[in-house]
Amino acid sequence: MAEMPVIDPQKCDGCGLCVGVCHCNALALVNDIITIIETVECDWCTDCELVCTTGAISCPFEIIIQEP
Amino acid sequence: MAVQLEFLKSILYFSDLGLAELESIRKLVFEKTADRAEMVLLEGESAANLYFVASGVVKVFKTSAEGKEQILSIVRPGESFNDVPIFDGGPNPASARTMGPVLLYGIKKNDMEAILRDYPQIALNVIKVLARRVRHLVSLVEDLSFKHVISRVAKILFEHIGGEMGRGTRLTQQEMAAMAGTAREVVGRSLKALEEEGAIKLDRHRIIITDKEALQKIMEVPS
Repeated sequence: MAEMPVIDPQKCDGCGLCVGVCHCNALALVNDIITIIETVECDWCTDCELVCTTGAISCPFEIIIQEP
Repeated sequence: MAVQLEFLKSILYFSDLGLAELESIRKLVFEKTADRAEMVLLEGESAANLYFVASGVVKVFKTSAEGKEQILSIVRPGESFNDVPIFDGGPNPASARTMGPVLLYGIKKNDMEAILRDYPQIALNVIKVLARRVRHLVSLVEDLSFKHVISRVAKILFEHIGGEMGRGTRLTQQEMAAMAGTAREVVGRSLKALEEEGAIKLDRHRIIITDKEALQKIMEVPS
């Protein structure tokens, strides 16, 4: 299962800006709420998070140390 | 598609005008569409038009001689860009690229000057837009000039390393920005700088610390 951006439907105002900037079509508006379509094409560009004005999308990073 | 009067009314520049005035202005507005990742403006070129985003998102940025990009602003529907050179007559101070398909409303420089002459009451709103822009840029200058944001971001990464058995705290760039006391745009650039230094590697949703000692050295730069 591919890791995907996290949606908070309570915060989504359905503006759709994130759908327009997503280059891998991983986002869709369903009943005016953003929904994730899982895809390995998502390269975590974080543009969806950048354009969202309500904080409904987050692209959190896991921070790990490279094994020697 | 005709330029919508309701949309013009929603733009701060024209929000105090009545329908008759908006109708006159509408005749001077042209539409421009662009696909994803198209350059709409190039830094240094002469400025011909003022643009308003009707739909989609535009990124306004500067590029260094080494090709590093610094985002100046993200322009969303209802907002304008390229205002400064339209009024001071200079070249475009920054470049602009679409982040997805966009519809823009444009007004030629000469037409905008005529609008200001014909409807001087919009001047106060234009000043408000420009003042907001100055405030935002002053804040960005402070972040980029006086704060060692890279060392702060390095420290934040160090403090949030995941444990061996499970995940550590996962952080968004927005959260890192809040912790570092800076703008999200500056965090993005700091992460890229750390990657160029060889301290970290960005691997999709993972930030892999590839050189712990290098990261510690960067952390120790006083902020």
